[in-house]
Amino acid sequence: MSLLIRGGRVIDPESGVDREADVLIEEGRIARVDKGIESSARSIDARGQLVVPGLVDVHVHLREPGDEHKETIESGARAAAAGGFTTVCCMANTRPVNDSRAVTEFISRRAREVDLVNVRPVGALTQGLAGKALCEYADMKTAGVVALSDAGRCVMDAGLMRRALEYASTFGLPVMQHCEDAELAGDGIVHEGLMSTRTGLRAQPAQAESIIVARDMELVELTGARYHALHITTGASLRHLRAAKTRGLPVSCEVTPHHFTLSDEACLSYDTSTRVKPPLREASDVEALREAIADGTIDIIASAHAPHAVSDKELEYELSSPGISGLETSLALSLALWREGICDLSRLVQMMSCRPAELLGLYGAGSLRGGAPADVTVIDPEQSWTVDPTRFRSLGRNTPFAGQTLKGCATHTIVGGRVVYQRGAAGSEAPAPA
Amino acid sequence: MFSQRHLLDIESLSREDIVTVLDLAERFREISERPIKKVPTLRGKTVVNLFMEPSTRTRSSFEVAEKRMSADSLNFSASGSATKKGETLLDTVRNLQAMAPDFIVIRHAYAGAPHFIARHVDAAVINAGDGAHAHPTQALLDCATIREHKGPLDGLEIAIVGDIAHSRVARSDIFAFTKLGANVRLSGPRTMIPRHVEALGVRVEPTVEAALEGADVVMTLRIQAERQGGLCLFPSTREYARTFGINHQRLALAKPDAIVMHPGPINRGVEMTPEVADSERSVILSQVTHGVAVRMAVLFLLAGSPPVE
Repeated sequence: MSLLIRGGRVIDPESGVDREADVLIEEGRIARVDKGIESSARSIDARGQLVVPGLVDVHVHLREPGDEHKETIESGARAAAAGGFTTVCCMANTRPVNDSRAVTEFISRRAREVDLVNVRPVGALTQGLAGKALCEYADMKTAGVVALSDAGRCVMDAGLMRRALEYASTFGLPVMQHCEDAELAGDGIVHEGLMSTRTGLRAQPAQAESIIVARDMELVELTGARYHALHITTGASLRHLRAAKTRGLPVSCEVTPHHFTLSDEACLSYDTSTRVKPPLREASDVEALREAIADGTIDIIASAHAPHAVSDKELEYELSSPGISGLETSLALSLALWREGICDLSRLVQMMSCRPAELLGLYGAGSLRGGAPADVTVIDPEQSWTVDPTRFRSLGRNTPFAGQTLKGCATHTIVGGRVVYQRGAAGSEAPAPA
Repeated sequence: MFSQRHLLDIESLSREDIVTVLDLAERFREISERPIKKVPTLRGKTVVNLFMEPSTRTRSSFEVAEKRMSADSLNFSASGSATKKGETLLDTVRNLQAMAPDFIVIRHAYAGAPHFIARHVDAAVINAGDGAHAHPTQALLDCATIREHKGPLDGLEIAIVGDIAHSRVARSDIFAFTKLGANVRLSGPRTMIPRHVEALGVRVEPTVEAALEGADVVMTLRIQAERQGGLCLFPSTREYARTFGINHQRLALAKPDAIVMHPGPINRGVEMTPEVADSERSVILSQVTHGVAVRMAVLFLLAGSPPVE
């Protein structure tokens, strides 16, 4: 089966392409990228649109097994496809925790059955995410894990973290850390600053994050292991990461759309959709994140998609579950960076496709080179639409962006040459037109 | 004029809103001095007192205020009772809403719970204290007390001493006092001073002595040993009392006619010495009396009735 994507602006940073061209897909692979390709294949009219390597989100929570009322691998994969993502990496904080080959195999099997986007599991760094003992990394890698992380938990024991980094590097698996000093954070759930002083919400200082980043940079220096900092939120953390990169340490970091879009002022309403971990930070931190996107300190954008049921959020602020259902708004919020002149489209595609694929060694993803698997996203950067969580594919409707009008969306998501999502004209398969 | 549909905090009130409550409370005080302490103003109105956290003073004060206004009140103390059975706050509130109350007075251990309730009910919601966030009727009664003893708050020097960071009373007092034009100084160990609090228009003094110097009003806050948890805010009540407790020597730094206040209940010998608490400078019981009148005024204003004449 072949497919021709005609007349779009093809942006493939990997091969240095950024021009109007056609993309021919044959037998699930990229056959050619060129002008005026003649083919009898079914075609997609991409004029005025962007044609980019399929987007990759290395940080999502799909909740299966264990919390299927919040999300399933199927609903999460649908949400990913609708958001323009062809590959997602799902975190290990399921029930049971993905800390063994058996759970990894279960997730991989469910993903194959669902057969929509590529779902690549991230295994737990420690058994039960308890921060006490290492998991069987070799076994889990054989079963398909692409990285290791204790997801929402930070490995507090520096000695164990050192061993985890060393052991993981034996098998070439990157370690992803949720940087949050559990003791300094205490029971704080929002950013400590003027907002917490006004609201009386229990707060944690920005240093709860940066202190772990600083420690981990030292551990990376000690071990030489590949390290990735999940959802960085503070200017101080970025200073440590920038310095480490200058020293040539193998570290990378990600930022979420909500952290570079919203400041902690959003929490003043006590709206539980603004409760997220790490918390929304103050305006100067948001500014620092945007600068770090511009100067390249931040490697990638990840949604940290954390779907929850209504009953997990319709609670007192401090009792509600942290997280934002982000797969379906990530692209539009990220396109705003380009619109505001913080980065160009090529860099945006790098942050959302090439670089995440490279960091986790996702073979074939993040590129439109001939012969690569045909994972392609077609984007209409100008389409306005209003965020209506009731129309999300995700079961998680928890978003602070509900009701906002955003610009830009995926019109086609193509995985292995197959169109797994197509934005309809006005039907249920479309984000609501503005 | 009173611009609010609910009373959730002081921050969202205007100076005019506050003055309206205080003026009305002054008129309502007289009702409590009558032989028959009851007016029919809120007859037929239903008030639910939803106390999700233990409280004696605030709850009694609201109950007395409601009874003196002839409202029908229902006490719902759910210190976890419903929640422990798996019912969420939203379930509880929907059940209450089905009884069509006109007011819900809510005390809750978590900040923002009254805002949550206000989004889900038709009743007017009155915050009777939410976590470390706000205790607006306490701040209003503090203003009423100060006004009685010192006149208008404009230009008064008010010292607040104690655990500002974990006190809903302090937060609401700061907003109320500054809106009424008073100058507010804070003192306490740095573990009890919230970050960026100066942005609220107050001064943080390096010592308790500096805070008391020339003060018209000395407000002390309860040291909440029970809320400290594992916070380690101070090493011992002994050291706190010696370093920050209000005694006669320290009080001598304030103006000669300065008043001493405390939202209660006092830890005698900790926040202040018993001699200070029982001295003629202490207006603590006057605060309690004003509490009833202020709560009557708030109920009246939120009922949206025409003004009594």
